[in-house]
Amino acid sequence: MEQFNPRARSDPYGKKINRDQSPVLVHGIPWATIIVASLTPMLPIIAAAPVLPPLGLIFMVAWRLLRPGLLPLWAGFPLGLFDDLYSGQPLGSGILLFSLTLIALDMLEVRFPWRNFWQNWLTATLVFLVYLGLATLFSGANPSLRQFVVVVPQLLLSILLFPIVASITALLDRIRLLRVRRIG
Amino acid sequence: MAPPAAHRSGSNKRAQLGLFAGYVVAGSGALIGAVLLIISLVSPQTFQGLRSMASDLAAPAGQAGAVGRTQGRSFFEAIAGYYDAGSKNAELEREIEIARVRLAEAEALRQENERLKGVLNLASGETEPVAVARLIGSTSASTRRFAYLSAGREDGVANGMPVTSPMGLVGRVLEAGANSSRVLLLTDSESLVPVRRATDDVVAFAEGRADGSLRIRLINLGINPLEEGDIFVTSGAGGMFRPGVAVGMITEITPDGGIAQLLSNPAATDVVIVEPIWQQPILDGIEEVDVGDAVD
Repeated sequence: MEQFNPRARSDPYGKKINRDQSPVLVHGIPWATIIVASLTPMLPIIAAAPVLPPLGLIFMVAWRLLRPGLLPLWAGFPLGLFDDLYSGQPLGSGILLFSLTLIALDMLEVRFPWRNFWQNWLTATLVFLVYLGLATLFSGANPSLRQFVVVVPQLLLSILLFPIVASITALLDRIRLLRVRRIG
Repeated sequence: MAPPAAHRSGSNKRAQLGLFAGYVVAGSGALIGAVLLIISLVSPQTFQGLRSMASDLAAPAGQAGAVGRTQGRSFFEAIAGYYDAGSKNAELEREIEIARVRLAEAEALRQENERLKGVLNLASGETEPVAVARLIGSTSASTRRFAYLSAGREDGVANGMPVTSPMGLVGRVLEAGANSSRVLLLTDSESLVPVRRATDDVVAFAEGRADGSLRIRLINLGINPLEEGDIFVTSGAGGMFRPGVAVGMITEITPDGGIAQLLSNPAATDVVIVEPIWQQPILDGIEEVDVGDAVD
């Protein structure tokens, strides 16, 4: 068969015979991308106002919507804890909000098992709206209207960024499922 | 994508239990988060150790980035120098800008000196900086305005020390880690700095607004004497910041003061200086008296 078509026994993820996916890539890539995205405060951007979107949350939502069941339901605890260590929010705000996000997305999934991208985008928009609102409320500063106004550009940026992050996760998903491990 | 089969537990008792356990674990995770949040809202310094450990770990990467930022900028400035003679002007303009701030500060110092010499007959020397470091990052995704500094306890940095740049005050150290620390920027809504107008003794508080500007609140209410372009410097009240460091310039007048723009924009600062707390012995004395009162 290979004489006629060298790619006969392979698919987009590589050869099918004698090869398997690497568990490190399969489970490591989603966690690693979310953790790296949570490290954005260490970028040399000294902002006078909140300008960067909450990248850790955006990546988590993107992975969760792309591959349901890949992140366990309790993943919000460790991921939120890590995000809290750098984000400047009081410790616990990320743990609570990340966990609630995963639970909410899980419940949404029971209601709408089949979704298209536009529904995912709408879901993500709602998640970002609620997350940024609550994060501002929990930030430890006296909540005033002005702070919620300051968050609006960040919210818009997050919403616009979601399709890009979703394509990045889709690309990483293809790398994640490559059959790189040789069996036998 | 369709949900995995685990979601459709059907009549499988084991799958049902697994699904239920998942919700219980996730729900208790959220609950723990809520409890931690309440603890850290009530006493913000509770998890200082954990956070400074984390920022110590990530600091080397941040520092490399900060050096890269500075070098990258000077690299592009060098290229721009060939194409655009104006960029040489930019450097000069920046120097003039610093000089202008310096002038206002000098004016403030002169006044301060006059007053001190006249009233107290005291002389205080130049403050020796504790450390010179870089700002390696900031919480650019949160409404709180913290920055990360590439110096910590090992360099002598302690909680509460003022952080300044050549252009003026940047903030103060909130949590000092081993080799990195967290700085509360002036624009954070919890930051409050006693200031006075550089030209006279109009005293006020500079309060951070989350959007990168400062709100100047006059202490003596009455007719608002402020004008656009007034420069405010630290007054030294409270003993934390030494007097005469530039803070902000009024750009808008409000009924109880004004809105000021930061003079030392943290985004444009490469290197910052950590200064000792101005009146540390006196502050310590006050604390001791407080403790003494509490014991009595």
